Amino acid sequence: MSTTENATTTYRGFVSGPWCDSIDVRDFIQRNYTPYEGDRSFLAGPTSRTTSLWDRLSQMFPQERENGVYDIDNVTPSSITSHDPGYISRDEEIIVGLQTDAPLKRAMMPNGGWRMVEGALNTYGYEVPQDVKKIFTTYRKTHNDGVFDAYPPSVLAARSSHIITGLPDAYGRGRIIGDYRRVALYGVDALIAEKQHERAGLAMQASVEEVIRAREENAEQVRALRELKQMAESYGYDISGPAETAKEAVQWLYFGYLAAVKEQNGAAMSLGRTSTFLDIYFERDLASGAITEKQAQEIIDDFVIKLRIVRFLRTPEYDQLFSGDPTWVTETIGGVGEDGRPLVTKNSFRMLQTLYNLGPAPEPNLTVFWSDRLPEGFKEFCAAVSIDTSAIQYESDEIIRPYWGDDAAIACCVSPMRVGKQMQFFGARVNLAKTLLYAINGGRDEVSGKQVSPETVSLAHEGAPLDYDEVYAAFDKTMDWLAETYVNALNCIHYMHDKYAYERIEMALHDGEVFRTMACGVAGLSVAADSLSAIKYARVTPVLDETGLAVDYQIAGEYPCFGNDDDRVDSIATELVRSFMEKIKRHPTYRNATHTQSVLTITSNVVYGKATGNTPDGRRAGEPFAPGANPMNGRDTHGMMASALSVAKLPYSESQDGISLTNTTIPTGLGRDREEQIGNLVSMLDAINKADGYHLNVNVLNRDTLVDAMEHPENYPQLTIRVSGYAVNFVRLTREQQLDVIGRTFHGSI
Amino acid sequence: METKLIETREAHGERLAAMRSGDVGRVHSWELVTAVDGPGTRMTLFLSGCLLRCQYCHNPDTWALRDGALRSADQVMARISRYRQVFETTGGGVTFSGGEPLLQSPFVAKLLRRCKELGIHTCIDTSGFLGRRASDEMLADVDLVLLDVKSGLPETYQRATTAELQPTLDFGRRLSALHKRIWVRFVLVPGLTDAVDNVAAVASYVASLGACVERVEVLPFHQMGRDKWQALNQPYQLEDVEPPDAALLDRVRGQFRENGLVTY
Repeated sequence: MSTTENATTTYRGFVSGPWCDSIDVRDFIQRNYTPYEGDRSFLAGPTSRTTSLWDRLSQMFPQERENGVYDIDNVTPSSITSHDPGYISRDEEIIVGLQTDAPLKRAMMPNGGWRMVEGALNTYGYEVPQDVKKIFTTYRKTHNDGVFDAYPPSVLAARSSHIITGLPDAYGRGRIIGDYRRVALYGVDALIAEKQHERAGLAMQASVEEVIRAREENAEQVRALRELKQMAESYGYDISGPAETAKEAVQWLYFGYLAAVKEQNGAAMSLGRTSTFLDIYFERDLASGAITEKQAQEIIDDFVIKLRIVRFLRTPEYDQLFSGDPTWVTETIGGVGEDGRPLVTKNSFRMLQTLYNLGPAPEPNLTVFWSDRLPEGFKEFCAAVSIDTSAIQYESDEIIRPYWGDDAAIACCVSPMRVGKQMQFFGARVNLAKTLLYAINGGRDEVSGKQVSPETVSLAHEGAPLDYDEVYAAFDKTMDWLAETYVNALNCIHYMHDKYAYERIEMALHDGEVFRTMACGVAGLSVAADSLSAIKYARVTPVLDETGLAVDYQIAGEYPCFGNDDDRVDSIATELVRSFMEKIKRHPTYRNATHTQSVLTITSNVVYGKATGNTPDGRRAGEPFAPGANPMNGRDTHGMMASALSVAKLPYSESQDGISLTNTTIPTGLGRDREEQIGNLVSMLDAINKADGYHLNVNVLNRDTLVDAMEHPENYPQLTIRVSGYAVNFVRLTREQQLDVIGRTFHGSI
Repeated sequence: METKLIETREAHGERLAAMRSGDVGRVHSWELVTAVDGPGTRMTLFLSGCLLRCQYCHNPDTWALRDGALRSADQVMARISRYRQVFETTGGGVTFSGGEPLLQSPFVAKLLRRCKELGIHTCIDTSGFLGRRASDEMLADVDLVLLDVKSGLPETYQRATTAELQPTLDFGRRLSALHKRIWVRFVLVPGLTDAVDNVAAVASYVASLGACVERVEVLPFHQMGRDKWQALNQPYQLEDVEPPDAALLDRVRGQFRENGLVTY
């Protein structure tokens, strides 16, 4: 029987199983976790130690906000072992470890690209270290250099015209989740042994390109694991063996994560699904009396403090694209197991409780896997936290579980993957609204007038309304070209990233063989759908400039807009998603990755909008797109639920990398009193979940609060709002982005 | 230039007959709302046409019956049926609002009946001024009445709405006798409906309706309807009126609570 209790000291009290014989964290969780079906009443507030430590950091934030960075190490390029131990306040810390030798001091990580490093140093007034520059421009090639050696001209043209944007070709791709839990459960030596075991298998295979690459990667992984041990040692911890207590489990796991963020400046450095795993250790220590609830919460609070101060050195252009300075330390919480037991534990509550104990914050990006089968007490706590802090995002456990199992986590905003078994090649996104304009203009860019996609007949004739069938046929053709160019670009990028900026430690915390996805994406879906709807249901007449380029559109009559549960236009949006996915699939991928796509813009909807001319739906040139899969601002006039139901029609099967929806409501829009507000938010989340809604950001805010925060940022240091797929510090957004957020539809009782 | 389709005399007659029978009606719009027009998430159907001309109306675009889109009961029910799962999950349902839903009582009665056949929770949001148009049979299909008691003193009511108070009072008493669940709404407009004796009159009347009144919602006047008045070229008298401050809201809610009413 595998359900015998383990008698060894390390695993005392744990139920044995296959997890004891090979690396299988999910099996360990399933056999040992204790679902919690109660309410929040057991939770503890912050200790004075926690408050004092957080205050110490909070005093550093204004300077960081003002200058863009608090400090930069411009001497030592970062690696797992490059820096001496760093502390916020050595005696007060429970969980230790910083990216560099001091809090908020950012490190150079040049493997992604030297230009990003140099640009950031120049921007923030730090001297560019000439010796390091020489290394990365003369002796050591970077990912960025490699990509530009390989790009074909079509990609360069598409890139500079902004029809394909945000590509991870000058920075770390991110969106890879190491299974950091393995460090705690097995200790590093066992992980090295497992990698050596994999290596033995590889050694028996013929040395063809694929196998050689796998062996080299395996060697790098083992090297990284050794460095991880060394780094932990510098903090006084021997993590060669498994963690033995709750505090150690958190510390071991955090060291694993810390190694990753010391080495990779990835666009998203997500944590995984750790709370319920850790709860098993907490339950054991609570049961034995080794710790109290107050201490348990204090450990989690301290862990979260560390996660909140993960920092990367990036340029202002990068921050503008991503809104603020996000790290996407996404932690997945809750969900229901394949056996029907909720995966909610007391530690799921503790993780959310940090938003009270430390105040709201955008990171870690707390993500609840929602199902109407979650325990009521947990649902109500989530709703209360959303109402109080706006800091949670919700994803559908009912959609994710059948695809990716019950040990999946979100990377970045909405991208689900099996932890430790799956990774993605992050692919940013293409601009569908601009693509439609290309189709109308025979492949010329509406801003520059340049020919970008292959020349076709222009459909724009002065005084003649556009014909829907003609436009759609041309759009379809242009999307063919776009899909081909796009996959071309991504293959170059990921080939070079693996070669020059391989994620050694993150991949060391994966199985030897991983499932890879090529995560494509689309932006401007609602603009494209509304534009096509306008051409179909109203009369849209192009306005030409002297070169015959359509630069504006006159709309006569009314047309249905996406976001109102109106099938006439929702079916257009759905078809675009289906059709573009089908086109992407036609093109072979690097490492034979499985094609997926997302309908997600992060907040680069502002940047994409800026680069796109007038569109046939009446949107003016330069105006932001709606974020993610959101309906266009102000056009979803039938309420928040109708808007969510329209978005829920987009097929997850054709956008397996996720579909993002952000909604903002005023508190009274949820109910007259708190109890009613909580009840209504819970039932709305249930209803959207049952209607196959994939994702929902919920902001509960008053418009006045945001307006006031724009004028007096110093009064709102922790004001957190959810944007497409993640949360940001409102006061750290650019003024343009702030106005965009305020301009978005507020759903309320009017 | 706006082109209007000229209806044949025959078609005109058929349309009027269909409206009389309730097979078709004039609909302004619909919306899925939460927490404002009854419990749970609801589909609020805004019907066109109202006989009152409230100074503070925030939907003057629903006044004219003829401005509404002609919709058959089948069409409306097709929309409502889409949301059965939402209603079930959230404890919501359908709210008939307007305009004044009782202006088109045959149409609303038909829709109410069909909602009840599907087991959908129903609400009507009414001023009660046309309460006589609601038959007992129709009211049997209503689960909750959102009753707007716009003022308690006849002359204030007249000034605020251009109509008489009495029909509303009668309708409320009739609902009470039928043991209908009621949520009373009172719009607080500084300088118009906020007088102590006017509020006291509303409160004592509402209290007299007994236990069927589950809650009173005091809705603070807002200026979000102002643009609509301008768009319709209607003279708007409340141009300079500010929304009530917290102190005034507290006082008025207090007056209701003094009468033992659950008040928001």
